[in-house]
Amino acid sequence: MILAWLIIVLMGCGLLAWVAGRWNNTLPRIISLAGVGIQLFVVVWLWLIHQQGNVSGRWITSYTHSWIPSFGIQIKFGVDGLSLLMLALTSFLGILSVLASWKEIKHRVGFFHFNLLFVLAGITGVFLSLDLFLFYFSWEVMLIPMYFLISIWGNENKVYAAYKFFLFTQASGLLMFLSILGLYLVHGQHTGVYTFDYEQLLGTVMAPQTAFLLMLGFVIAFIVKLSTVPFHSWLPDAHTQAPTAGSVILAGLLLKTGAYGLIRFVLPLFPQASHQFAPVAMILGVISILYGAKLAFAQTDLKRLIAYISVSHMGFILLGIYAFNQMAMQGVVMQMVVHGVSTGALFIIAGALHERIHTRDIGQMGGLWRKMPKMGAIGLIFVMASLGLPGLGNFVAEILILIGSFSDNKALTVIATIGLVAATIYSLRIMQKVFYGKEQKHWIVADFGFREMGIMISLSVVIIWLGLFPASVLNLAKSALISLSEITNKQAQAKPDGNNRKYPVPNHSVVGMTVIRENSLNNQINPKAQIKNDRTGY
Amino acid sequence: MVILAGGILFIMILIAVKRNHRLACISTLLIISAAIIAALLQIGEKPNAIGEIVVVDRFGIYYQVLLLSATFVISIFSYISLERFFPNKRKEEYYLLIMLATLGACMMAISTHFISFFVSLELLTISLYTLIAYYRERAKSIEAGLKYLVLAAMSSAFLLFGMALVYAISGTLSFIGLSAITPPLNSSGALMLIAGIGLMIVGIGFKLALVPFHMWAPDVYEGASSPVSAFIASVSKGSIVAILLRLFMMADLYRYEKVMLAFIIIAILSMLIGNLLALMQNNVKRILAYSSIAHLGYLLVAFIAGKGMGMEAATFYITIYMVTVIGAFGIITVISPADQEAGEIENYKGLFWRKPFLAALFTIFLLSLAGIPLTAGFMGKYFLLTAGLGKTEWPLAFVLVVSSVIGLFYYLRVIVTMMKPDENSASSTSLFLGSSLGGILVLTFLGLLVVSLGIYPGWLIEMVRSLNP
Repeated sequence: MILAWLIIVLMGCGLLAWVAGRWNNTLPRIISLAGVGIQLFVVVWLWLIHQQGNVSGRWITSYTHSWIPSFGIQIKFGVDGLSLLMLALTSFLGILSVLASWKEIKHRVGFFHFNLLFVLAGITGVFLSLDLFLFYFSWEVMLIPMYFLISIWGNENKVYAAYKFFLFTQASGLLMFLSILGLYLVHGQHTGVYTFDYEQLLGTVMAPQTAFLLMLGFVIAFIVKLSTVPFHSWLPDAHTQAPTAGSVILAGLLLKTGAYGLIRFVLPLFPQASHQFAPVAMILGVISILYGAKLAFAQTDLKRLIAYISVSHMGFILLGIYAFNQMAMQGVVMQMVVHGVSTGALFIIAGALHERIHTRDIGQMGGLWRKMPKMGAIGLIFVMASLGLPGLGNFVAEILILIGSFSDNKALTVIATIGLVAATIYSLRIMQKVFYGKEQKHWIVADFGFREMGIMISLSVVIIWLGLFPASVLNLAKSALISLSEITNKQAQAKPDGNNRKYPVPNHSVVGMTVIRENSLNNQINPKAQIKNDRTGY
Repeated sequence: MVILAGGILFIMILIAVKRNHRLACISTLLIISAAIIAALLQIGEKPNAIGEIVVVDRFGIYYQVLLLSATFVISIFSYISLERFFPNKRKEEYYLLIMLATLGACMMAISTHFISFFVSLELLTISLYTLIAYYRERAKSIEAGLKYLVLAAMSSAFLLFGMALVYAISGTLSFIGLSAITPPLNSSGALMLIAGIGLMIVGIGFKLALVPFHMWAPDVYEGASSPVSAFIASVSKGSIVAILLRLFMMADLYRYEKVMLAFIIIAILSMLIGNLLALMQNNVKRILAYSSIAHLGYLLVAFIAGKGMGMEAATFYITIYMVTVIGAFGIITVISPADQEAGEIENYKGLFWRKPFLAALFTIFLLSLAGIPLTAGFMGKYFLLTAGLGKTEWPLAFVLVVSSVIGLFYYLRVIVTMMKPDENSASSTSLFLGSSLGGILVLTFLGLLVVSLGIYPGWLIEMVRSLNP
């Protein structure tokens, strides 16, 4: 029940904020802060329960309620380590985006916060749903308010960007809906039980070709959200035109719903088809990494640049997910969290700059460190994070993904590594153009204030903490990831007609890094990869 | 039924005795409510057939209640619209006409015979000619009325000819009788039967404004007043859907593959062309006209899927569509300034900041038409897709998805326009009359209905499932 309340509270606060906005501009902000704060509180509480270890079964807690029984649709929420981590990210970035828009949004404040909280409610629903119909429902719920956020409070080209965002995600979402219905009917025809229940749909028997087609519907929806090349073109526009809070939520959370969907739904529901699709997905991932990096380097618009960084980083996620091993998967989860934090921070900095000097053109910036040393220093931290400096969270994530996928596909991983070099170039370019170098114009600007420093310090603490103690995050998601991959593997093996790739649990693969060894005890790699590992003398 | 027919006479006498708009409207509302109650009282009884002409069963009663409720709401909007646009003219006959049309529609919902079908259809159509041209001072209104008159008469002729051909082969005019007919093996007989059904499809397709019989719809929607447009889009189409379902189910016309193929083509064309043409419109009423073409195309997907699930999905969808479209036209009625209806999309600029509540309601209706979750339209579309896919109509379902993405464009366009800041807001606030309270109350109710059906549609689905013609 607590899970349902998470969503109800967000929606309720959203409505309240809208109404309150008629009288006062501060009240909606406080209400939204309270709403997201409650969510954060609950998430921390669930986390503590999880830490104590008295959790039996797969779900920390779950909630089921019948909704439309005649179609086998129910309201079914469940939270495991993975969703809890995503929820934590949601509420953390949610609070920051309310704070970040404290000064930026001056018009229609009530309606703004209504939309903001409804996006967060939709995202929470996506991370919690264990019923495919409910999942699609939440998936769509988050679109409309996001569309409003971009199209009302966005920058100069907002209407175009909002259209593009909406049509891309809506079209791909409808394809997923067709697939969900297809899966529902196939399962119903086989077993006579018509249900959208995720746990019952696991292990649906179907012809390989059907499975592949159905999987494609899901995959397209998710990789559009993940902004994989060639479906990435909505993202730079949407990110650039959205207000700061919108960009933070887009980059930090909406992109993650795609990754989450792949991990939670596509791999366990269609294990066999996913293996068939893996090479294509990995190639797309690598292309995204390199193409995103190259385009990031070519941008002059700061927010657009950060948007292409996201494309590049999401490529790593796709690569890692389809490497089918535990280490890469943990890297993926790590990447989801750290990318949310670091890109969110970069967008807040870009938003703060835009608020001060009213341009996003990095050609007009330069030498701002002297004017704004605090912003410069914070900027440095997050630029370093996004180029993957050891000690900060992104390094752990990327290295885990690369090591994990190396055992699966050497060539692609080697190419992907070039992305790290490219990341260094484009990240340093941000620093150089914005904060160092010659001053292009004589801006008269104020440095970060108290509120902004508060936001930035909390983000910095998190990114450093993630870099130094990644185990705290990885442990949380570990059991969830292991059970997901067990399901995937069990079904891949259960196929009598499938090829005989087996995925035994190996005795500990020898990995040189302590952090990783600790977390890869249950590492599952396929035999081929294990031989590779041995040969390369890891 | 009798109450409705008697009520019409009563109003006629009332008008002769005393002309009072408010009185006429209130008595209309009372008569319609009485008819709804009378229909509801019959719900527990066994299907009551009068010969082969009509049958009063759960299916028929459901549609009757639906159509009557729609008329009830439309009458309220009509009152607002008439008071505003037609202040010093005769307004009372309008209610006579709208009740006559509803009588026709309700009769159609229970018809099981070609004769009763045709009589009730004509009753509906002839009332509509006059209703469309009721604002006789406007050129567009007259034009729309004439256009509808000519084309509807034509389509009735097609329908009649189709019935005649079917009768020539089968020798029966009742739906049940037709189901017993197996087409004779010689090809000319079968051909005539198919041709007859084909001609009937032309007639029905015209009334439902399906492509390629859709040409009249945008002009008529634009020319008629908003409540009348709402009436055409909801009551008139709803009753035709009812008779179409009943005809195909009772006469089992699903047997004829060629007929179904024709419907598949019509459905695909309607979905695509309706949505594509709507993209190019600048008038909200024309947009709604094209969107209604597309929506009836969606509905055909369920209709083609056939008995059981298909019938349920179609009934569910038309119910939701009626609620939504009446709401949308209701908004147009309520926000229109006195001199002219708010048709042009420009009139909606900045509405979100001028009248946030009405604009929010309009957004809900438009999103429901677009089929976005949290609104009833999504549940309707879900039901359609399930029905379509259940009968493995993959191409149709795919076209439905593609065309609803196209459809999003123009719904969003209206919404975006409402959100644009209004440059001359100072002058236009005075331009718009204070909206009437009754209209807003009804609209709020419709909006709540759309949202609650979008969140919790269980009860309506159960109800629709319990109907069996």
